[in-house]
Amino acid sequence: MKRIALALFACCSIASADERRSGLLDMRPEAQAMQRDDSMNPGMLWVLDGEALWGRKPTPAAQSCADCHGDAAASMRGVAARYPAFDQASGSAIDLAGRIIQCREAHQAGPPLARESKELLALSSFVAHQSRGLPIAPPEDTGMRAVRALGQRIYNTRMGQLDLSCAQCHDDHAGRRLAGSSIPQAHPTGYPIYRLEWQGVGSLQRRLRGCMVGVRAEPFAYGSSEFIAIEAYLMERARGMALETPAIRP
Amino acid sequence: MTISRRVLLAAPGALLLPAPTRADQQKLAAALRDFTGGQPMREGRVRLDVSPLVENGNAVPISVMVETPMTAADHVRRIGVFNERNPQPIVITAQFGPRSGRAFLATHIRLATSQALVAVAEMNDGSFWSQRVEVIVTLAACIEG
Amino acid sequence: MARVLLRVPTMTEKGSVIEIRALIQHVMETGYRPNAQGELQPRDIIWTFTCRYGGEVVFNATLSPAIAANPFIAFTTIATQSGPVSFTWEGDNGFAQTETRHITVT
Ligand code: HEC
Ligand code: HEC
Repeated sequence: MKRIALALFACCSIASADERRSGLLDMRPEAQAMQRDDSMNPGMLWVLDGEALWGRKPTPAAQSCADCHGDAAASMRGVAARYPAFDQASGSAIDLAGRIIQCREAHQAGPPLARESKELLALSSFVAHQSRGLPIAPPEDTGMRAVRALGQRIYNTRMGQLDLSCAQCHDDHAGRRLAGSSIPQAHPTGYPIYRLEWQGVGSLQRRLRGCMVGVRAEPFAYGSSEFIAIEAYLMERARGMALETPAIRP
Repeated sequence: MTISRRVLLAAPGALLLPAPTRADQQKLAAALRDFTGGQPMREGRVRLDVSPLVENGNAVPISVMVETPMTAADHVRRIGVFNERNPQPIVITAQFGPRSGRAFLATHIRLATSQALVAVAEMNDGSFWSQRVEVIVTLAACIEG
Repeated sequence: MARVLLRVPTMTEKGSVIEIRALIQHVMETGYRPNAQGELQPRDIIWTFTCRYGGEVVFNATLSPAIAANPFIAFTTIATQSGPVSFTWEGDNGFAQTETRHITVT
């Protein structure tokens, strides 16, 4: 079966493995232009939605995000660059979307925010957008070290009916083409992204589910410790790279 | 390791331009006739900008520019963009006049598959000008099952 | 109300040609896509977009299901006078939205 594997990854350029590049640069110039110019980037519509939600009370008695956090440009600057983070209260890692869900529950007592709901994606996009251009800076604490190690283990484990690991595609064959699309290095620089395929905005975990379904593996659940661990490992791998939210991806 | 046949087959096939069927061609011709009222179309003056190679057909940037001073004496009245192989041959039509300043239109469109796009401009003197461009749409990798 | 992102110059010189860009959040459901049950999802698109400048129509486009989700449209117009510029999108299921910006011409 080795021959088939070779055929699958056949042809085209081979990026050298030690050069990190955002998936932005793997796209054709038109798609790059769509991301770089806010007036053409549909992901900005979700950012604007998030901005409106930031200032709105979910129930008349509750406080808005802005009531507690003030101007997001100051209070949320750099926050997305250091998530997932260790949550002392629960003793486990939490991703940015999970933190926003928690704030809604604990501090707003409002209707819960569902994973991948339009509201949560809008708020996540708005918060992450405040870090656009800032380098990814995962926290150094020991709690996160174990989480990242788990993420790395999953990343290197073969899975699904195709029996492929994330690393086989994204480390060993990044820069080559798989059927119609080129294989990116899997840096989580632009999330939530506007994915052309979805014709809408989605989270990193939705993107990861796509890759898992692609190798015919049972995807982890949204918000699961496995997904948060992979996310933490990917952020460490991308340490220092600039955040792009809202990115466009094919 | 097994790889689905679908993935393998998609790879080399994706870059070939499939021939349009006669029905596709007739549908496009009929839509163009509707737009021009059967007047002849000449090539030239119209520039349709679209990438010849598109990696995802869900949002393809296109723009149309027509050579004209956009004065009362010489301007574009309408621009239409048509396609060969979407379910419907018409993409967009727009109205212009001297107040437009330029005969320019840009949008993001859907392309169901590799196919021809045609942009047509109607001038105020009743003449029709056009440009036809072939676009290859590479298949999205079928890795999402 | 759908979220809208408009790029319109706020201040410009009289007689200059200005480019306007409009982006609006909308699914643009084509009417050709089957849902999970295999039935076609009904068409739900924006089918017309109009720009009025000082009350006068300066641009109008008729859209089709071939326009991408979250429609983007760019066009130009001549800055003739200071005043309101309005943008109207209309579509299936009674969709109608108007946004207004103000241009100052010097
Ligand atoms: C009643 C006050 C209050 C409201 C309302 C509130 N938060 Fe918070 N938020 C906090 C506090 C306090 C923290 C610190 C961590 C904790 O105790 O949960 C926090 C932490 C956060 C963090 C993590 C910041 C960091 O530096 O790690 C984010 C992101 C966040 N909130 C987003 C939101 C969003 C989005 C909303 C609106 C949906 C919101 N918050 C509403 C009080 C609030
Ligand atoms: C069979 C090869 C393959 C495997 C295995 C695979 N992926 Fe992917 N992955 C891809 C391709 C191809 C894309 C880009 C898809 C596109 O452009 O439409 C992608 C995209 C991504 C992206 C988006 C990068 C960006 O620029 O936003 C991330 C993150 C990612 N994969 C992570 C993973 C993780 C984590 C795993 C393991 C759980 C994994 N992938 C397994 C092929 C693979």
